[in-house]
Amino acid sequence: MMRFLRSALVIARRDFAATVLSKTFLLFLLGPLFPLIFGGVFGGIGASVANSRERPVVAVISSPADFARLSAARDRFAESVDDNAVIQLTNFAPEPNLAAQEKKLLATQHPPVQAVLTSPFDNPHLTGAIQLDGTTARQLKLLIDSAEDVSELPQPHLIVTPTRSTSGSLSKDRTITGQAAQFALFFLSLLLATMLLSQVVEEKSNKIIEVIAAAIPIDAMFVGKLFAMLSASVIGLILWMSAGAALIASLKGSLTFLPVPAVGWPAFLLLVVVYFAMNYLLFGAMFLTIGAQATTVREVQIMSMPATFAQIVIFGFAASAVASPNSPLAISAAIFPLSSPLVMVARAAEEPEIWPHLAAVAWQLLWVGLIVRLGASLFRRTVMKSGPRGKWWRLSRV
Amino acid sequence: MLRQATQSAIDGPAVEAVDLVKDFAETRAVDGVSLAVPTGSIYGMLGPNGAGKTTTLRMLLGIIDPSSGTRCVLGRERPIEAAPEIGYLPEERGLYPSMQAREAIAFMGALRGLPLREARGRADELLEQHGLGEWAKKPIRTLSKGMAQTVQLLGAIVHRPRLIVLDEPFSGLDALNQGRLEELIRREARNGATIIFSTHVIAHAERLCERIAIIAGGKVVFEGRVDEARNRLRPIVRLRTRAQEGPWLSAIPDEARLEGDELVFELPSGGPEPLLKALIDGGAGIEALAIERPGLHDAFVAIAGEAAAAAMAEEKPQ
Repeated sequence: MMRFLRSALVIARRDFAATVLSKTFLLFLLGPLFPLIFGGVFGGIGASVANSRERPVVAVISSPADFARLSAARDRFAESVDDNAVIQLTNFAPEPNLAAQEKKLLATQHPPVQAVLTSPFDNPHLTGAIQLDGTTARQLKLLIDSAEDVSELPQPHLIVTPTRSTSGSLSKDRTITGQAAQFALFFLSLLLATMLLSQVVEEKSNKIIEVIAAAIPIDAMFVGKLFAMLSASVIGLILWMSAGAALIASLKGSLTFLPVPAVGWPAFLLLVVVYFAMNYLLFGAMFLTIGAQATTVREVQIMSMPATFAQIVIFGFAASAVASPNSPLAISAAIFPLSSPLVMVARAAEEPEIWPHLAAVAWQLLWVGLIVRLGASLFRRTVMKSGPRGKWWRLSRV
Repeated sequence: MLRQATQSAIDGPAVEAVDLVKDFAETRAVDGVSLAVPTGSIYGMLGPNGAGKTTTLRMLLGIIDPSSGTRCVLGRERPIEAAPEIGYLPEERGLYPSMQAREAIAFMGALRGLPLREARGRADELLEQHGLGEWAKKPIRTLSKGMAQTVQLLGAIVHRPRLIVLDEPFSGLDALNQGRLEELIRREARNGATIIFSTHVIAHAERLCERIAIIAGGKVVFEGRVDEARNRLRPIVRLRTRAQEGPWLSAIPDEARLEGDELVFELPSGGPEPLLKALIDGGAGIEALAIERPGLHDAFVAIAGEAAAAAMAEEKPQ
């Protein structure tokens, strides 16, 4: 056993150094920045376009006093809802020829006049490109009514007493925390585990595989490669998590706005790391096994798409179990090894018991071992030609 | 150190194979190979490409499992258990191109259980000894093919193995490096290592080996001492005489052929004395007479057959 571990360590050390000390690792670390940069750039462009676009207005032909009442009602309404959702109003003093003024205003493009309202409190009349049952008409009616009420009734003062959450909302918030953790795990695994598809191609193309196969058990090589990439990924993970936490903290002041998971923050964060490792090892071992069959980079590229889809399907299975962690679906997803880490990390946010996590981690480790053994055996059989290949394999190589 | 400590524990052959068979799908690559490599010897495996040499070596090293038959390497039936005491240079050379030369050697030593720090120290020593000291920290991709091959060879011996297996080690080397490699093999053997190497160049085996196995068509057609292989053929007599006719001609075998002005024939079973007497008494007038011992190549042709010899000849000799 000691020799096995020592052999795995030799491979892990070589792979880790080759990965982390390469220039491309910097690109790898910067990887998650690219979606953020793209998001920022396109978000900025979108906002800029939205800001530069003039919003349609309703031209109100009335005395300044009437417009002030109507405008005050609009502002009160805008405080309760999003300002962008409330129609914009612009005042115009009445002209002698009201019909001509209406016509002129409806043809105005700066600002773009959507409709014209005349005599808002005496004999309101709305003309323009609006539907009778549309938002503009209904909002204007509400504003006119509200402006009239304000002048007649005393203003009640609403006293607001905020609470942190109700028990119903806490449960829902924890589900959201679970979903967020699950998605983060899935995203990282999708990003990192898929890289393992190409891990053995280097040895095969360099022909060094034979030196390794003669010196150590193939299982040890697989385990070494898995843990090398896990270590490299953990470096990335720590960096990204620290940067993310710093960013959130700088934007919000602290991280306490997130709902507290059922197992508590320290245990939850620990479990996130453990389940990330488990999820990575499970998918990594599977991808290493599949990728080891490839002889060229082209074959690896062909394999990567179905591998990604398989991950998405398993994520979908795990995600469907989040809402009810004790349902038969959730339990079967927790037992199925490849979805188990994703389901259990969400459970850690929703349920306070720790023992299911201990059992789950043991179960997942067992499967990592089984997949590695299977992968090594398959590798020896098909790649090192140490045994007969199945018919399916020969057909696939035609 | 490891080698000296355990050398005395081995009494039997360093490597023993009994009836090894390897099938790849419908092809039988190795067909009942049996051999025994004495501890401390230099052992050659001769045969044309495709004869089954590499597959046999891979089975002996545990890289692949035989379809049937047994093998015992350094006293262990599972060769991977003896891996820390084995050094291996595969036919298809391979190194990580971005790795430094000393790191590549140290890596191979570490794979065989040598602590990394010690492996690095030995790598530096070996590189110095072989004139590659200044290349120690250069990436493999900047080395010439010969240098890279030397680095890989040093990686195979850095942990001072008791058994060194070299698959076509002379392939790709120039004459100077071939000579150096022969010297290295002799030195390792003098230090007590058992060395097995495969080759399709008979001259190397003839110069280095004490015992050989001739493999053709997946079978061992001869296994034994080089002398024994040669002794399978009778010595060749080259004779030039003054007389063209005479009673001495009755001492010349019917199979004798004329090469220039020389008669060439196998030494008759009676040996040189009766032949000499018959020639002198018969008035041959001997101008020149040479009795040549057959070379390993002649023995190989006789043992493996003309087809195998032709296949060897078609390959590029070094």
